[in-house]
Amino acid sequence: MVINNPVIYAVNPQTLAADWPGGFWWHWVLFALVTIIVVILMVMGYIYIARRQIGRMQSRVGPNRTGPFGLLQPIADVLKVLLKESITPDAVDRPVYWLAPIVGLVPVFVVFAVMPFTDGGMLANLNVGILYVVAISSISTIGMFMAGWGSSNKYSLISAMRVVAAVVSYEFPVLLSIASILLLSGSLSLNDIVLAQDIPFILLQPLSFIIFFIAGLAEISRAPFDLLEADQEIVAGFHIEYSGIKFALFYLVEYGEAFLLSCLITTIFLAGWRGPILPEWLWFILKSLIVWFVMVWLWATMPRVRIDQLMALAWKFLLPLAIINLIVTAIQVLTLPQDSLWIMIPVNFAITAVLILFWSKKFFKLGWGRVEV
Amino acid sequence: MAIRTEPFVMNMGPVHPSTHGVYRMRLTLDGEVIIDIEPVVGYLHRGIEKLAEERTWTGVIPLTDRLDYISSMSNNLAYVLAVEKLAGIEVPERADYLRVIMAELQRISNHLVAVGSFFNDSGAYYTPFLQMYREREKIVDLFEMVCGQRLTYNYMRIGGVSQDVPDEFIPALYKLLDQLPSAIDTFDTFLKENEILLARAKGVGILPPDMAINSGVTGPVLRGSGVAWDLRKADPYSIYDRFEFDIPTGEAGDSYDRYRIRIEEMRQSLRILNQAVRQLPSGPVKADVPHLIRPPVGDAYAHIEAPKGELGFYVVSDNSISPYRCHIRPTSLLNLAALREMAIGWKIADLVLIFGSIDICLGEVDR
Amino acid sequence: MTVALSAKEVAAKLEQQLPSGIIESNEGSILVNSEFLPDIIAFLKTTPEFDFDYLNYITAVDYLDYFELVYQLTSMNHNHSLVIKTRCYGRENPSVPSIVDLFVAANPQEREIYDLMGIRFEGHPNLKRMFLWEGFEGHPQRKDYL
Repeated sequence: MVINNPVIYAVNPQTLAADWPGGFWWHWVLFALVTIIVVILMVMGYIYIARRQIGRMQSRVGPNRTGPFGLLQPIADVLKVLLKESITPDAVDRPVYWLAPIVGLVPVFVVFAVMPFTDGGMLANLNVGILYVVAISSISTIGMFMAGWGSSNKYSLISAMRVVAAVVSYEFPVLLSIASILLLSGSLSLNDIVLAQDIPFILLQPLSFIIFFIAGLAEISRAPFDLLEADQEIVAGFHIEYSGIKFALFYLVEYGEAFLLSCLITTIFLAGWRGPILPEWLWFILKSLIVWFVMVWLWATMPRVRIDQLMALAWKFLLPLAIINLIVTAIQVLTLPQDSLWIMIPVNFAITAVLILFWSKKFFKLGWGRVEV
Repeated sequence: MAIRTEPFVMNMGPVHPSTHGVYRMRLTLDGEVIIDIEPVVGYLHRGIEKLAEERTWTGVIPLTDRLDYISSMSNNLAYVLAVEKLAGIEVPERADYLRVIMAELQRISNHLVAVGSFFNDSGAYYTPFLQMYREREKIVDLFEMVCGQRLTYNYMRIGGVSQDVPDEFIPALYKLLDQLPSAIDTFDTFLKENEILLARAKGVGILPPDMAINSGVTGPVLRGSGVAWDLRKADPYSIYDRFEFDIPTGEAGDSYDRYRIRIEEMRQSLRILNQAVRQLPSGPVKADVPHLIRPPVGDAYAHIEAPKGELGFYVVSDNSISPYRCHIRPTSLLNLAALREMAIGWKIADLVLIFGSIDICLGEVDR
Repeated sequence: MTVALSAKEVAAKLEQQLPSGIIESNEGSILVNSEFLPDIIAFLKTTPEFDFDYLNYITAVDYLDYFELVYQLTSMNHNHSLVIKTRCYGRENPSVPSIVDLFVAANPQEREIYDLMGIRFEGHPNLKRMFLWEGFEGHPQRKDYL
């Protein structure tokens, strides 16, 4: 059993921090480095899988020259971006421009301190895990806004406005869908959420999963909501004026947030590291890869929405559904006995289907959005 | 208390991923809403009309390739029709059939590019675009078989076509006519009922029909607004009056209708191709016309239904070996004359999609 | 088939309306006086018998003594077409009235003719160079340019 002490316990409970030569802080430094390296390796793996998968979906092969099966392609990408010249336009606001990638990147890594790779296998088992995740991950938006503002470029300014509007709007559906999960798990700590999933929450809370998935995609600006950095409209958005290593950091932010989202979905909905036979961290990685597969699938096949359609989706579609879901879940948790929670599965699926069908018919109007000039 | 806002001018510059070439627009924006568009053209002006006055009548044909470089066969056809009208030259029948086959294959190839770029502009990350280019490869392979070129064909000549098709062309064309219908049906289902595309394109960029006619808009853009005007039926040139085909028209005049019309036109082109290749006679492919032709003094105008609209050539001759004046009716420039009306009040994202649905080529705008 | 209307018959009808506008007409085209060009085209556009609602093209040819402007109009409802020509003399400042009020399609084409041939169009809202940059000297499409 893991004691919820936020400071001391780390990966393997048999190796307590006090036994280590050098003590607690060397232990912490080592595993912080391990976490960062794991995140970077997984991000590179994600880049590779995305390019191969998109290639196959577009009837072509994807990179297969650099190394066997193109496995060294992410390393080639990283090397290329690092070796490029870092061009800084004259009129930028220097402190803002230089700090923006760092402000964007650091929160992404910091959040991984509470991600349970195995049972208790996290850097810090905070008992406010989910709150910590949601709060810290919003800080990277400030980085993107700083990039958009400091670039002295009207395109990045438009993109920065879109980023702020979208992320702020989508925080509400994220929080409310997580709130329904918390009613079931009873604790904010991510490890406890996994431990409470005898039945994975994706079955008990399908509507919550859908809302969290869509809202998460919009927050990290992935297709079909990648209008925050739309190539075809605002020419790469807030990171237009960045090249070289600063661009590499933004690239890392984008894929790091994607990894973060898939880890969160794995933890909260897909029962995290739980599974038979295979080691627990392998289950975690496999499940996050499945989520990433679905995200790349959406990227390859869907067109993107417009900014006002994005906002309307958050406020008029996802938010009401999230509130209704919370109320329904609260009623179910209060009325159903603890050991027959499986009744929630068919009830919730039926409610999800009905709500989505009827609400989307009421919500969608084609051809709106023209402003009288 | 209302927040004070002021419009700002943003430049959607000549170098932009979605302006289909070097086309510059100075947008006056209120936030994301477009208040005014001022187009600036001329970044691809090569002086083709002036160059044509220095070359022989046949030597102008490679210049016409570079006008709308996505559909070179049609440009060639329009020019040689104008010169043949001026000089009164009769074209042998096999040449006419070959011209129709090439023109319709070119129409399919152009619409594949146009619809693929439309989907690309809407955000579907190159997936439909690449699938359509895979089919276009087969058509381009056919063209390479015929004239050795993949983009600028220089195939038509005054009095016919430059050379006969090789033996492997007709079987390859039959094979293509077997494969293309199912491929077009697949493309049809890609994003036809997709909610996101419907929300982006339906009702967006509406062009009223009387505005369209007055602005000189032609082609799928005009037919999207409901006006059933297609030069292959209204003013048949070459041998188009021998084939049966329909003209798809839209109802609302929005971007969605223009895209649907292009898909339907591909199917109608397949119909024409099926009839043409079965009726192909044998015979010479070029009339006996001197290489340095000297048409009699006068002027003539011939127009065709190019994939993008009405492409016409007005040629003036003074009985010498070069044209005295060769004017090109700029299809894409006139299609863009209505862009301001279509796009005001919409947002930047809509402008990109409306622009993609008009389907222009800068070579024709700037000449 | 788009019927090319016989210019002589059209000229005869136009003579009754605007007697001094027509200079001459042959089978292919009507040559009009450039001052009466907008009135003639407005008449052709609004009369239901002609109903020319579509402007095919405007172009200009440099015949050294004069510039000749060629307009082709088409009616989509009746499916007939007509060619109208007009001349302007003088190489320093040739000018012709503009028909932008009648046809929006004339707007870019008249700008192009001004840019490349140097013919001014009176009444055009935005007559400045289109293809060549501001400050370019000369008009390249003229026969005496190069």
